[in-house]
Amino acid sequence: MNLILVLPLIIPLLTAIILLLARQWRHVQRWVSVLGALALFGVALALLALVWRNGILVAQIGNWPAPYGITLVADLFSAIMILLAGLMGLAVAVYSLASMDPQRERYGYYPLLHILLMGVCGAFLTGDMFNLYVWFEVMLVSSFVLMALGGERAQLEGTVKYVTLNLISSALFLAAVGSLYGVAGTLNMADLALQLSQVTQTGLVTALSMLFLVAFGIKAAMFPLFFWLPASYHTPPVAVSAIFAGLLTKVGVYALIRVFTLIFVQDVAFTHTVLLILAGLTMVTGVLGAVAQNSFRRILSFHIVSQIGYMVMGLGLFTPLALTGSIFYIMHHIIVKTNLFLISGVTHRLGGSDQLKKLGGFYAAYPGLAVLFLIPAFSLAGIPPLSGFWAKLILIQAGLGLQQYVIVAVALGVSLLTLFSMTKIWAEVFWKPTPEGLEIDDATLGPGRLALLLPIVALAALTLVIGLTVEPLYMLSTRAAEQLLNPAAYIQAVLGGTQ
Amino acid sequence: METFLAFVIGGLYAAGLYLMLRRSIVKLIIGLALLGQAANLLIFTVGRLTRGQPALIPFGAARPDGPFADPLPQALILTAIVIGFGVQAFAVVLIKRAYQTVKTDDLDDMRSTDTN
Repeated sequence: MNLILVLPLIIPLLTAIILLLARQWRHVQRWVSVLGALALFGVALALLALVWRNGILVAQIGNWPAPYGITLVADLFSAIMILLAGLMGLAVAVYSLASMDPQRERYGYYPLLHILLMGVCGAFLTGDMFNLYVWFEVMLVSSFVLMALGGERAQLEGTVKYVTLNLISSALFLAAVGSLYGVAGTLNMADLALQLSQVTQTGLVTALSMLFLVAFGIKAAMFPLFFWLPASYHTPPVAVSAIFAGLLTKVGVYALIRVFTLIFVQDVAFTHTVLLILAGLTMVTGVLGAVAQNSFRRILSFHIVSQIGYMVMGLGLFTPLALTGSIFYIMHHIIVKTNLFLISGVTHRLGGSDQLKKLGGFYAAYPGLAVLFLIPAFSLAGIPPLSGFWAKLILIQAGLGLQQYVIVAVALGVSLLTLFSMTKIWAEVFWKPTPEGLEIDDATLGPGRLALLLPIVALAALTLVIGLTVEPLYMLSTRAAEQLLNPAAYIQAVLGGTQ
Repeated sequence: METFLAFVIGGLYAAGLYLMLRRSIVKLIIGLALLGQAANLLIFTVGRLTRGQPALIPFGAARPDGPFADPLPQALILTAIVIGFGVQAFAVVLIKRAYQTVKTDDLDDMRSTDTN
């Protein structure tokens, strides 16, 4: 059994247990949390290196052979996602040191953060549909508590909506998993891929795939199922918003890409066209929603929706190049979006508000921060040579290659509107003279400013590095996409011993 | 039996969705619970119903005689019930806190986060 496949689950779990035991000692909690996140990041790096070198890794838990036991599988796509989860966990754990209030720290913020990371990693690693449901629930329950923790009015209102929509999605997912078992008689993903390729009632399978599409679509915040996201993501503390924005919807996208490349490929002409149409609508509605907003974090929340459209677009086009684009886009997006949320936290702390009207003059006061904002903001809009430009370039090339001109035009138009949104934030928060009554108080940053700025600087530097040296990540995405499009290797790796 | 259960499941889904469309947060939570139960029954039914045939292997044999009830859907439902129970317990506490903070049980009055 491959121990390294279990470590991304064990490390956050152990960290959370230690944190719970150390509830009394705030300083111990803070450092254990950072150490745990660091360990997860290290293991994730090792895992990616191992998968890159040795191909798909498989662990049969309890040595029950697949498809009877629970299988953990790491192909390149999984390993990339786990690395990103580790990176974001680390960035947010450090950022929390300076931004989290003692009240929330005492009521279990750090253990919840690590349980959330465990749920996310579990969802990325599992090779079993029902197990995926369980990991989704682990992730959801901890995210529910993280969002409500603190009990402010806006938080509770946001949480009611978030919980409701996510529970509906879980109920649908569960029903879909049950029905899938009724049709195929197995829930192991690799075995499902084999069984469903022999099923004669493709209509039934396609109907089931649409049920999965709705369930994962709610989690990924796709059109027209995204309304819970802008109603809730701006309510919790910034550190929580940032990890949610970076990781949670992407778990939905991951699940979509996994099932629609491995399992539901019987009727690509229908299912993937639906995905492509939804992708276009998601991009457009998200970005138009953002245009109408006047609060820093709400604009960013709507942009998450719009960006999800690009990731699904690659899946809908369903060529090696398009999936490469999707994977590259996910990598770029998680880093950039988390960073933008972290920056919105700093301006919120300095200016005391999220409302664009009440902020201003940050360029004069903090030119360095302004530059740090511009890097991820321009990257999000797709200005060369930043990471977002390459991500969009790959997707648009893939679209042009298939002569899907409508989606290409939509993607380009949405880019332009994204740039508009970002310049709006720039003009209001950074460029405009300081509005009356606002005193940018340096003291509010407090002694922990290093912990606030370190993750922001690191992520911005990463955005630059990705933009300037595209080749390695492009290679990585290409190989991950090739693995996704040739499920035979995945099936062989999981079921190899039993056939 | 399957036909009967199909109607029960349909009824549960309908009742759950109807309750969720009401404005009261209490009905919302009851509706969510019903949806979960409907999903559980659905798994039970599509996993094929078999009466009085436990999946027990007689001593010395390698497999049970004749047709037997598939234990896997039952294991799935058991897990789903436990998860559902935990989540619903959280949801009940959440609506209590939301009611205390917002001072209303009307979902239409919980819209302050939708606009700003």
